[in-house]
Amino acid sequence: MIVVKDLVKKYGDKTAIDGISFSIKSGEIVGLLGLNGAGKSTTMNCLTGYIAPTSGSIIIDGNDLLKDPDKAKKVIGYLPEVFSFYPDMRVVEYLDFICDLKGYTKNKQARKEHIEEICRQVGIYELRGRMIRNLSKGYKQRVGFAQALIGHPKVLILDEPTVGLDPSQIIEIRQLIRDSGKESTVIVSSHILSEIQTICDRVIVIHDGHIAADGSPKHLEEALGNANEVNIRVRGAHADIDRVIRATGAVRRYSRLQPQEDGCEDYIIVGKDGVDVREKLFRGFAQAGIPLLQIYGKEASLENIFLRLTGKNEKAGDK
Amino acid sequence: MASIFKREFRAYFHTPLGYVIIAVAYFFTGYYFFTYNLYGATTDFTNLYGLLFPVVLFLVPVLTMRLMSEEKRSKTDQLLLTAPVSRVGIVLGKYFSAVCVFLIAISGTLIDAVITSFYGAVDWPCVIGNFLGLVLLGLALIAICLFLSSITESQVIAAVLGFAVSLFLMLVDAISLVVKSAFFRAFFEYISFKERYNPFTLGVVELQNVIFFISIAALFCVITTAQLERKRWN
Repeated sequence: MIVVKDLVKKYGDKTAIDGISFSIKSGEIVGLLGLNGAGKSTTMNCLTGYIAPTSGSIIIDGNDLLKDPDKAKKVIGYLPEVFSFYPDMRVVEYLDFICDLKGYTKNKQARKEHIEEICRQVGIYELRGRMIRNLSKGYKQRVGFAQALIGHPKVLILDEPTVGLDPSQIIEIRQLIRDSGKESTVIVSSHILSEIQTICDRVIVIHDGHIAADGSPKHLEEALGNANEVNIRVRGAHADIDRVIRATGAVRRYSRLQPQEDGCEDYIIVGKDGVDVREKLFRGFAQAGIPLLQIYGKEASLENIFLRLTGKNEKAGDK
Repeated sequence: MASIFKREFRAYFHTPLGYVIIAVAYFFTGYYFFTYNLYGATTDFTNLYGLLFPVVLFLVPVLTMRLMSEEKRSKTDQLLLTAPVSRVGIVLGKYFSAVCVFLIAISGTLIDAVITSFYGAVDWPCVIGNFLGLVLLGLALIAICLFLSSITESQVIAAVLGFAVSLFLMLVDAISLVVKSAFFRAFFEYISFKERYNPFTLGVVELQNVIFFISIAALFCVITTAQLERKRWN
């Protein structure tokens, strides 16, 4: 559906993206992940035809975006990072204008039904007669989402769709994205790792204008996060717990943390490669009759992942 | 193009701007019509059209100031530029919406002429010539001011630049009188809007003047499109 080849974009001397290539199959939900300034917005701007790349090619649904932009853009629904609207328009008028822009059916009845269906889908049906400027931020964002869905686009490009929304709105927008993925190929950019993990089938990590990683979220987590690092809370004396941890033989390194509960000890434990340290700990404490109260994996933060990707955090004492 | 035209034309009347521009144009048309034609008891419309020249020079920058700059400021241009509409389509849609409002604004002169025709003999070729001159002046000025609106994010700056250009176009005649070099005098006379406009006020439609105004309009529409295109490549 989308084939990007050797994409380069330079702003003067500064190279924003440097030779990015990827292809996206029809129906995939792909997350573009990157720190601010990594080049993901530039990539998205190139994909939507907002800016032209310095070199490289972009094929969308078989049409070259650079040679035949109108045809290629016709299949794209785009929600920019900052969704702007005309303050003098009502929701329905605005969506009708977008139908005009995208050349979606001149048949008034069909158009009205299409707009109403989308309004229902994104939950703004009751508000469709209101001026957009009078809506709350969450609803404005939904209007932005609605305009992206006009004309059943084959490709949906969403630039940071949940920024600035409250938690319940974020959950709703994520659900909308997942639902849209059933009909369209979706590209979502974000700098929030958990968001990408919950929505996407595949993640492309952009760092310093290059693709730093490309794969499923699980793959990313395994490859880049530290799956073998856990925090535990155990009820008992430090000396006994210490003996059990050592006896498992699966621990590479561990350290004692500040106790959080009376009579309990907290530890951070890094397991040896190729061993599931969680199981060994569970069995060890069970056999010793020491209650293991909590065990949880340490989530790899995006920051850590990036530091790992760029090889900057291999701190000597960390492993 | 049609979608942009429709939106922009409606936008003039969703806000007071369109009404104010039309009201101001009608006010001055009515005022000159009253003082020259009704009070002076004449069917000659040359004076009325002559006096509308500066009114148009000051109305057009206000008419166009918002068109491109506001999209840039509020970032609504991002959706336009990523929609399957060509950049020429965007520029022409906006251009013709302003042209239509302008035509409505100056149509008062024709109404006055029709009313007058009931009471006396109106020199229709002269009126049509004058009207055509005003339309062509508008076409050229709107294109220039549309371009000025595309180079800034501020409506105020767009309007001030528009006024400056309009004033300059009025001053060009005066400059040509004081310039010694024959080449520059000829140049200033050549680009003088007033010189080009004057024959129309006498009811004389010269093809070269028609082509001059239309060329200016086309040139600035092309430059405005290039300005949008430039943003894409930079």
